[in-house]
Amino acid sequence: MDNRLLIAKSEPLWNTNNRVIFLVGSLITLLFALPLFGLNSFYLHLFIMIFMHAVMAQSWNVIAGFSGQISLGHGAFFGIGAYATSFFYIQFGTSPWISMPIGILVSGIFAILIGIPMLRLSGHYFAIATLLIGISFQVVFQRWDLVGAASGLWVPMTSEDSWLALQFHKSKVPYYYIFLIFFLITFFIVWLLSRSKLGYRLRAVRDDPQAALSLCINVSNYKIIAYVISAMIMAPMGSLFAQYILIIDPDRVFNIEISIIVLLITVLGGIGNVWGPIIGAAILIPISEYSRIYLGGTGGAVDLILYGLILMIICIFRPDGLISFVPKDILERKKQR
Amino acid sequence: MKILSVENLSRSFGGIKANDNISFKVDEGTILGVIGPNGAGKSTLFDLITGYTKADNGKVEFFNKNIFGLRPDKISNLGIGRTFQKLKPFADQTLLENVMIGSFVKEKNIKKARDKALEIIDFVDLIEKRHHFARELSTGQRKRLEMARAMAIEPKLLLMDEVTGGVDQKTIPGLVELILKLKKSGVTIITIEHNINIIMEISDNVLALDQGKSIAFGSPKEIQNNKQVIDSYLGTVDAA
Repeated sequence: MDNRLLIAKSEPLWNTNNRVIFLVGSLITLLFALPLFGLNSFYLHLFIMIFMHAVMAQSWNVIAGFSGQISLGHGAFFGIGAYATSFFYIQFGTSPWISMPIGILVSGIFAILIGIPMLRLSGHYFAIATLLIGISFQVVFQRWDLVGAASGLWVPMTSEDSWLALQFHKSKVPYYYIFLIFFLITFFIVWLLSRSKLGYRLRAVRDDPQAALSLCINVSNYKIIAYVISAMIMAPMGSLFAQYILIIDPDRVFNIEISIIVLLITVLGGIGNVWGPIIGAAILIPISEYSRIYLGGTGGAVDLILYGLILMIICIFRPDGLISFVPKDILERKKQR
Repeated sequence: MKILSVENLSRSFGGIKANDNISFKVDEGTILGVIGPNGAGKSTLFDLITGYTKADNGKVEFFNKNIFGLRPDKISNLGIGRTFQKLKPFADQTLLENVMIGSFVKEKNIKKARDKALEIIDFVDLIEKRHHFARELSTGQRKRLEMARAMAIEPKLLLMDEVTGGVDQKTIPGLVELILKLKKSGVTIITIEHNINIIMEISDNVLALDQGKSIAFGSPKEIQNNKQVIDSYLGTVDAA
C-alpha cells in the first residue's frame, strides 16, 4: 500500500486538540463551581438565560446550519414545550419531568406535519412559510380557551421547593444546574450529530441538494429529520422556561422575537458550527440583559438596535461569525501543500 | 451483458425537443462516449437517465430493471453514479468529507467509511489534498473530487459530464488515465466529451447527438467516418 495512504489511514478520525479539551474541561468545571462562589440572583438568571438561549440557538443551528433551511418560526416549538408542561401540570398535576417528553413528542409530530409540505419549499419560500406557521400558533393559542386563551396559564406554586414539580422559590441555583445540564447534554448530542453519518448527509443537503441526490441521499427526508430533531431540542427549553417563570401566555412563548433571537445568536457565533450558538448566546444575552437594566423601559428596544448593529458588523467583516476568530489550526486539519 | 438500455427517450422544453426518441444500449465494462455540438441534448440525456429531469416518454432499463420515473436518489442507490457539467462539490467541506458522504452509502462504520474514502482519494491521486476544503481546489482537482465522490457509492455505471472540459491541457492526460483506470476497475462508463481525440481514444462505442436526435451510434471508427456526424459536428478539412 502507498505510504501516503498508510499515513492518512493512521490519522485519528477527529482533529483533537489538547488545548481545546483542556479549555472545555476547565470551563465546564468552572460553570459547575460558579454558584458555590455565591453568585447573586441576577447573575444566576443571566447564566440561566445564556444556557437556555444557547440550547435554543443550537436547535436552530441543526435545521439552518446543518441542513441549510432558514426557519423563522422556531418559536412555535418553544411554545409547544411550554404549554405541554404547564397544561398537564395544571390539569392533571403531572410532573414536568413526565410532561416535558410529551412536549418533545408533540413538537416532533408537529415538525413532521409542518415539514412534509413545507420542506418542499426552499430558500426564501421556506423561511416565509415558517414565519407564518410561527405566527399562526400564536394566534391559535390566543383564542384557545382550553389553554387559557390570551391570558395564558398560571402554574400553581408549590409551598416548598420541589424537584418533582420543578419549582424552586428560595434560590435560582437548582434552576441554574438544571439549565446547565440540559445545555451540556444538548451540546453533546449536536456535537455527536455533527460527526455522525447523519451530520455528514445533512451538510451535503445544505451545500448542494442536487449533488446529494447523486449520493443516494433522499433530500426531502433528511430535511424533515433535521427539522424534527431541531424541534425536539427546542421544546424542553419551553418546558423549563415555563417552570422557571410559572406564567406563560401566547405573546410570551410564541413570540416572533424568539425565532429571530435564536437566528441572531447563531449567525453571530457562527452558523453550522456547534460552538457558534454558545459563543453567540454568551455575547448577545448579557448585552440584552444589561441594556434592559441600564436603559430601563427603553432597554427592550435598544437591545434590538444593538443586535442589528452587531449583526451588520459581523455580516460585513466576519460572515462566518465570531467562531472565525478561533485560530485555524484548532478548527481545521493541517494541510499539505 | 447489457447494463443500460435506453429506448425512445424524449423530453421537450416548450417547443424545443431536447431529446427526441433517443435509443441505445451499453455493454457492461465498456465506455460509451457521447458527442455532439452545444445544445445537442447530451446533458439532458444524463439528467433523464439519472432522474433529475422527468422524461416525457421512453424506457430506461438498468440491468433489465425499469428505472424510468424513479427519483435520482433511488437511481443512484441502484448503482448509477454521476458527475456534473457544472461542478457541484460540497464547497465548505474538505475533500475527505466530500468523499466520505459517498462512502457512507455502503459503509455504516465511520472509520471504515473514512478509510474507504481515503483509498478512493488515493486512487484519484489527491491524497495530499484530503484536508483541503473543496473550494480551495483547482478545477482539475475538483473534477477528480467529483469522480472520487461518485466512485464512493460503488457504482456499476458512472455517467461523467465533460470531465476534461474547462481544464488546462496539462491536466487532461491525467484525467484520461483516470477514466481508463476506472474502466479497468470494472466500472461501466458513459462520458460526454467535446474533445474528439479523447473520445476516439477511450470509447468502445460512440453516440452522436444533434439537435436532440441520435444521428449515429457505433465504434469510434464508424463514427469518424459517418457523413452526418462529420457534417454536423466533426467538420471537414475543406470546411475548415
